[in-house]
Amino acid sequence: MASIPGTAPQAADQSMIEFRGVHKWYGDFHVLKDINLVVRRGERVVVCGPSGSGKSTMIRCINRLEEHQKGQILVDGIELTSDAKHVEAIRREVGMVFQQFNLFPHLTVLENLTLAPIWVRKMPKKEAEELAMQLLARVKIPEQAKKYPGQLSGGQQQRVAIARSLCMRPQVMLFDEPTSALDPEMIKEVLDVMIELAQEGMTMICVTHEMGFARTVADSMIFMDGGQIVEVAPPKEFFANPKNDRTKLFLSQILSH
Amino acid sequence: MVTTAPSRVHLAPTRRVAPWRDVRLRGIAAQVITVGTVAAVVIYCAHNAIVNLEQRGIATGFAFLRREAAFEISSTLIDYSPASTYGRALAVGILNTLLVSFLGIVLTTIFGTLLGIARLSSNWLVQRVTGWYIEIMRNTPLLLQLIVWWDLLRVSAPLPREAFKPLPGVFISNRGLNLPIPVWQPVYLWMLAALVAGALATAVVAQRMHRRQELTGKQFPLVWTGVALILGPPLLLFLLAGAPLQLEMPVLQGFNFVGGESVTPEFAALLFGLVAYTSAFVAEIVRSGILSVSKGQTEAASALGLKPNWTLRLVVLPQAVRVIVPPMTSEYLSLTKNSSLAVYIGFPDFVSIANTEANQTGQVIEVIAILMAVYLTISLTISVLMNFYNRYVALVER
Amino acid sequence: MADLAQMQGRPLEHAPLRAWQWARTHLFNGVLNTILTLLIVYAFFRIVVPVVEWALVDATWSAESDRACEAAGGACWAFLESWGRFIIFGRFPYAEQWRPALVLVLFVAMLAVSARPGVRGRTLLAIWIGGLVAVGALMWGGFLGMPYVETELWNGLPLTLILALGGVGFAFPIGIVAALGRRSKLPAIRWLSVAYIELIRGVPLITLLFMASLMVPLFLPTGVGIAKLWRAEIGFALFFGAYLAEAVRGGLQAISRGQYEAADALGLGYWRKIYFVILPQALAISIPSIVNLFIGAFKDTTLITIVGIFDVLQDANTGLNDPAWRHAYVEAYATIGMIFFAFCYFMSRYSQYLERRLRRTGTGPRRK
Repeated sequence: MASIPGTAPQAADQSMIEFRGVHKWYGDFHVLKDINLVVRRGERVVVCGPSGSGKSTMIRCINRLEEHQKGQILVDGIELTSDAKHVEAIRREVGMVFQQFNLFPHLTVLENLTLAPIWVRKMPKKEAEELAMQLLARVKIPEQAKKYPGQLSGGQQQRVAIARSLCMRPQVMLFDEPTSALDPEMIKEVLDVMIELAQEGMTMICVTHEMGFARTVADSMIFMDGGQIVEVAPPKEFFANPKNDRTKLFLSQILSH
Repeated sequence: MVTTAPSRVHLAPTRRVAPWRDVRLRGIAAQVITVGTVAAVVIYCAHNAIVNLEQRGIATGFAFLRREAAFEISSTLIDYSPASTYGRALAVGILNTLLVSFLGIVLTTIFGTLLGIARLSSNWLVQRVTGWYIEIMRNTPLLLQLIVWWDLLRVSAPLPREAFKPLPGVFISNRGLNLPIPVWQPVYLWMLAALVAGALATAVVAQRMHRRQELTGKQFPLVWTGVALILGPPLLLFLLAGAPLQLEMPVLQGFNFVGGESVTPEFAALLFGLVAYTSAFVAEIVRSGILSVSKGQTEAASALGLKPNWTLRLVVLPQAVRVIVPPMTSEYLSLTKNSSLAVYIGFPDFVSIANTEANQTGQVIEVIAILMAVYLTISLTISVLMNFYNRYVALVER
Repeated sequence: MADLAQMQGRPLEHAPLRAWQWARTHLFNGVLNTILTLLIVYAFFRIVVPVVEWALVDATWSAESDRACEAAGGACWAFLESWGRFIIFGRFPYAEQWRPALVLVLFVAMLAVSARPGVRGRTLLAIWIGGLVAVGALMWGGFLGMPYVETELWNGLPLTLILALGGVGFAFPIGIVAALGRRSKLPAIRWLSVAYIELIRGVPLITLLFMASLMVPLFLPTGVGIAKLWRAEIGFALFFGAYLAEAVRGGLQAISRGQYEAADALGLGYWRKIYFVILPQALAISIPSIVNLFIGAFKDTTLITIVGIFDVLQDANTGLNDPAWRHAYVEAYATIGMIFFAFCYFMSRYSQYLERRLRRTGTGPRRK
């Protein structure tokens, strides 16, 4: 279970991601307020909350797409600082899937997947291509390898994006609202891939509104509001018995329709 | 309620980041290296330049601006003679460039806009002819066009002795256009003041009448009132003073005209050439600006009962203007810079005079520095002015 | 006059296409249009017809001097017979002129191949570098039995192309670096880039050519000379570099932030990110601007006449100085005009085609 430090004993070497007293400001706006969090290896965490609550910002701090001003972030024991080598090492181990897919439109699907392994992990081309084909098969679209992203549907593109991150053999996968930009009929295919990934034991932090998915997959639910972590609980408890009033309000809003 | 428990007891000590791996320090290092390299190159070039200049016995510094110029300039807006200083010669050049640029910009805006609208005409012939004009102007070099204009004006015009006389006192020959110019009378100053006062008065009346229209809906014949206010008083003053008008006529003396105002063929060629060329580009800008206003706008305006004239004025043009202004600014700048081609056809613009001075004094670096500084100032001024206008007409968006 | 709906592109309702109906709607609708139509037709007969007579009907195609043309009263295309070759090739040794001719063909071929849709970045680069090397080899000579020809004698049309393409070619690295520098977070680099770009864009090309022509020799160590051609190339490269930087910057801005982030998230690092992900997209987007820049560059090469280099314009003037052909200036300038028009017109058509294609296919993920 994702825990707030100090509430339960845990082995330090099992922690994958740690936030210690993390604060972030955009100018005067205090967007992350004292975030404390430990995510252990193999845990699946779903983060939810109203828009502007800082959930995307929090996970983007993990791979340094955003910089935090105060506190510490550790990924697999490596601290995230302005040390270039640390940042590089962390980005190799952390994969990210974006809401807007962000596939490289001028490269084929296969090239999208093999670009980073070849140039960052220094894999020989053949090996990278074999790995890429394996992963494409896993997300169930091996036949699209030679196509360009513009020729694929949204659901297919997002699955390619997931495969692209997996090609780097990351230890953690971050998902930033992966299905929010998809037409409803394509959400399921992407969620299925994510569920499979979770069942294989990948450590995941997922920002999403898909509560069905959360109930199936998550080990912990985190509710964020106004830049703070308001509530942490396993899904059963979270949905049935939210302790905080803000959590109750939020759940009532999104579960009503 | 969830409380955030205090951080764990054994915090891993923050390791000091090795300096060569710190992103911030790397950034500073990169900047230092870049600036250093640029500085090194500059110093190297400067050193070579100093050595070379010494060898050729060329002075440095701007003292040459006070020396006597000893060359003649054919078109001057201010008094100048070969006994004037180099500095004054440059001033003449700058004024000439500004004159050509200003007139060029005004004429291009008018002609280019008309061309652009004509390009959208429903008359097939008009559309085609303007289209061909634009294509030819845009696809041939400006220098070539200037040469053609210049030759045309010089070669096809008659000798001064047989000058073409469309009006008394107006002569067209291969020396250019010679016009009579009124001798300055004291009452002209009052007339100018009256003109300015009339313009201000019109502005005030316009504002009042707009307010009145907003409140009561009554419309006001602003155009006619404005004309009366601006032109009336000066005309009245003129008549009251006894209509003093004394023209200084150009008179043929020897091979040229003396007296009056003259417009050299070089100036005319430069002006017409620049206007003809740049108007083609402006026409395209205006055309795409008008087209960019979506059809829905015109249809909505028609549905509201607005006549086409009003639609154009109130709905299409204001929106088109927003799209047109930025590229139009580029064209203005372009025209100003293109006026430098005057050096080839012998019109004494700023570049041309600077070139002469650089050749005479050998102080190339100083002259080019002045050249670039002046052009940069002109460009910046035009950009800033257009930026103001742009902000003034910009859409207020969410 | 201008029907507003017509302006906005709404097609007029299609009446049966009889000539008179068409003329009524397109030529004579309204008083103003009728007057204009009549004016244009009148001008056509008064201006165009005599010009065509002069240019084609009464023209002399072969003669010894312009006196013969004067007798015929028409255009003196015979001027081209005597001087045409000089206008195109200038003072390049007569016997070796097959070399610049080949260079012309090579350039056209390179442009044609680059225009084909299937060509990708790496191939394009290879073609151009290979082509430029071949051009250099042909023009300089000095091997395989081809005598060496110094750059002073490279004149006329091949020179125009070398300057335009070389200038824009060398401008590429400068422009790309300046564009990236302008977007850098490091202040010193950003200010240097902005200073370069705004300084160059604020001054006329002629000042840069003067600068390059007169000042570069001063900046080199005493005794080291540099051919006029290279000075002009430096001037052009610096000039177009600034404009290219703005064009590429437009492309860089058009790329969504997500692309940068995705590349960062994959751990690619700055230079790899720029080379593999950002630049290919930015350049693709800015191609129409770049082609327009090149068209402008092509026309701007005429300015080298002012710094004393023999391009087509200067060659034509040399021809006109020949006492036998002093009066043939109209024909000379018309020829040069037509050469430029041909090149520029087709290039601008191509640029419009590119713009249409880019707009249709789009460069981002198709959002359904």
